[in-house]
Amino acid sequence: MDTQTIVSMLNTALRAATPITLGALCGIFSERSGVVNIGIEGMMLMSAFTGFMTNVYTSGAGWADFPRFTASILVAVLTGALSGALHAVLSVRFKVDQIISGTVINILALGMTGYFYVQGAITAGRLPQIAIPLLSDIPILGPVLFRNGPILYTTLILVVAVHILLFHTVWGLRTRAIGEHPRAADTLGINVHRMQFINVITGGAIAGLAGAFLTLEAVGNFERGMTTGRGFIALALMIFGKWTPFGAFGAALLYGFAVALQNQLQFWGVTIPHQFIGMIPYILTLIVLAGFVGRARPPAHVGRPYEVE
Amino acid sequence: MEREIVLEAKGITKRFPGVLANDNVNLTLYKGEILALLGENGAGKSTLMNIIYGLYHRDAGTIILKGREVNFASPREAIHNGIGMVHQHFQLIPVMTVAENVMLGSEVTRGYGLLDVEKAAKQVRELSRQYGLEVDPDALVEDLPVGIQQRVEIIKALYRKADILILDEPTAVLTPQEVRELFKIMRDLASQGVSIIFITHKLKEVLEVADRIVVMRNGHVVGETSPQESTESSLAAMMVGREVLLRVHKEPAKPGEVVLEVSGLTAYDDRGSKAIDGVSFKVRAGEVLGIAGVQGNGQTELVETLTGLRKPHNGRVTVKGKDLTGASPRKVTRAGTAHVPEDRQKYGMVAAYTVADNLVLNTYYAPPFSSSGMVNHKAIEEHARRLVKEFDIRTPSIFTSGGSLSGGNQQKMVVAREFGRKIDLLIAAQPTRGLDVGSIEFIHQRIIEERDAGVAVLLVSAELDEIMSLSDRIAVMYKGQIVATVDASKVTREQLGLLMAGVTEGVLEPEVTAVI
Repeated sequence: MDTQTIVSMLNTALRAATPITLGALCGIFSERSGVVNIGIEGMMLMSAFTGFMTNVYTSGAGWADFPRFTASILVAVLTGALSGALHAVLSVRFKVDQIISGTVINILALGMTGYFYVQGAITAGRLPQIAIPLLSDIPILGPVLFRNGPILYTTLILVVAVHILLFHTVWGLRTRAIGEHPRAADTLGINVHRMQFINVITGGAIAGLAGAFLTLEAVGNFERGMTTGRGFIALALMIFGKWTPFGAFGAALLYGFAVALQNQLQFWGVTIPHQFIGMIPYILTLIVLAGFVGRARPPAHVGRPYEVE
Repeated sequence: MEREIVLEAKGITKRFPGVLANDNVNLTLYKGEILALLGENGAGKSTLMNIIYGLYHRDAGTIILKGREVNFASPREAIHNGIGMVHQHFQLIPVMTVAENVMLGSEVTRGYGLLDVEKAAKQVRELSRQYGLEVDPDALVEDLPVGIQQRVEIIKALYRKADILILDEPTAVLTPQEVRELFKIMRDLASQGVSIIFITHKLKEVLEVADRIVVMRNGHVVGETSPQESTESSLAAMMVGREVLLRVHKEPAKPGEVVLEVSGLTAYDDRGSKAIDGVSFKVRAGEVLGIAGVQGNGQTELVETLTGLRKPHNGRVTVKGKDLTGASPRKVTRAGTAHVPEDRQKYGMVAAYTVADNLVLNTYYAPPFSSSGMVNHKAIEEHARRLVKEFDIRTPSIFTSGGSLSGGNQQKMVVAREFGRKIDLLIAAQPTRGLDVGSIEFIHQRIIEERDAGVAVLLVSAELDEIMSLSDRIAVMYKGQIVATVDASKVTREQLGLLMAGVTEGVLEPEVTAVI
């Protein structure tokens, strides 16, 4: 294999891993605070749609690139945050079963984006690749890591930031505490429901960024159901990564690499039907979850609403 | 010298639907004393403490803390005002370290919301040193034994500058060794000015550690005394309202034929390590064999293996000559074995079922309770009415759910079901755990009655007093093995304590050792 193929495969892996990583970070925020979130898929899809539509309208109105992209990303992130707020209101405030609440978001996302979808919408283009001076000239690593779009860079920063937030700050300690033993946290003066609200909404905003990545940075277009299970895979890889940002990022890279391999195999014209090759990332996820996770331990109180005494 | 009053509760009244939990209760706490609050389950001790701690809101009365009237809306405010409470169920997060647990909610930071774990650990170490509460701040709570976890709870309160400490039944989960350590810590704390309220129903402990004793019954304070002017029986009488037999009267056993014979039994625990290791013993009709030992030395697994809940790896179990090695629980039951399980909530009853249904859990499938697959409700109800009366189960009706009964009555229900039919062998594990003096007395008497009726009894208990007062012979378990079998009438507490700690050399005179 030549250097160019390796670079291209690694870069594909990183790009495929990006929305998954963001989805997993959304899951981490939510589940560490004790709220199961299977609505990541729907949160991503809605944000992908609204971000794209903002791009379409601002393009039509002739906005310059910078305000256009800023507005589009902001709308996507806001959409994610709002869907997170919906999940929080349903599952924390009204104590609706968290699985049901997540499913509501997924169904809502499919229905709404399908209904409002406009065929043939045109934009003035997607987010540009930014080559970081000097760093991008490093052989192999440079083109893989430092010639990417802004959301991918943000994702790398977020992985580190969320890790620090979760394990080295007061906020993180309290978040983990309410996911494990909300009663203990409550008696020590921590407002469990408020923390859950903020965490689930923050998670939603990050899922919004994942949606923005899909339509504004990766594809540049919106299609019905375009998230194709990425939200669920993110959730699975979050478990594989044992509810930690670095773990989830590592798992997402593994998934990304399977995607890259699948592309490469098709490119090489391997004679296996492409449907089978297309399965590789999903099968890998299945095997990883079924076989290698071992005793992953979720936050002890995840999935159960907390009743204040 | 006039002692300083730190906390005063006056005329506290609290009504729950149908119950007057606290009726005009007065309580005074002095600086640096250990006040024992003694009473049976349901006497109102915990209600009173929860009111002081801000968990419940009182209907009437005033609370004066250090000369100032207070009215806490939540535990948060109580903690803020220097009251700490250690609950029976620890409020600790198992997957976090000691330091993280201690600082949660009042974190040590280096600014910008960043935690300073080292500094927190240092503060924990300082508190440990000051009050003699040895604990490693970097250890994960889940890796610590219960006794140490309790220390973490105490440190948590001290870290928040608590000078009034409420300990709710702190010894219920501890080994005798840990209890001794806790009492030492309590005395240390008191000598440094911390005032302690110690909630309990254990008489020996009260006499050992308290400076002053307040006794509650049915929501009232019925008396105040001191260890110097009281005895176990005087306290028990105050607590229950009548004279109580603390030691069961029993005639010497008349052992008959061998009923249970266990030889070379070996089994593994849930984590796959050897929990019982080549255990052999016999229990004869008409005698009680007590299994003593610090919890976690294989007693639980032994009972589970004998009752069909755990598969043996090796060895043989026979009941009246019939091989029951590895038999199913139903087979064991049908062979005439009664089982009072260690965890009654989990293995002894179905909380959502009615009392009547709970009373036939072991026999519902056989006549007269069923025939041709159909349940005969009439027979079940008649049976329930008879047992409720005979075993004095206090329940509003036989159709009340088992889970809504008090602990003592739940246990009476289990005992009634297990004793309520013809049996040859009784296996009772921790039969009086968490029960009040009145219920303990009742259950002890029933066990001796069964023995006198010719039943072979295997009693497993972590309470040394219980083992010593009921057993005819005592087998001591240590690390999955029986290290000694002794004659209960000749052995001393001290000897048993040493054997339980695994010390066998030179502990026993030859005449104490009983024939297996």
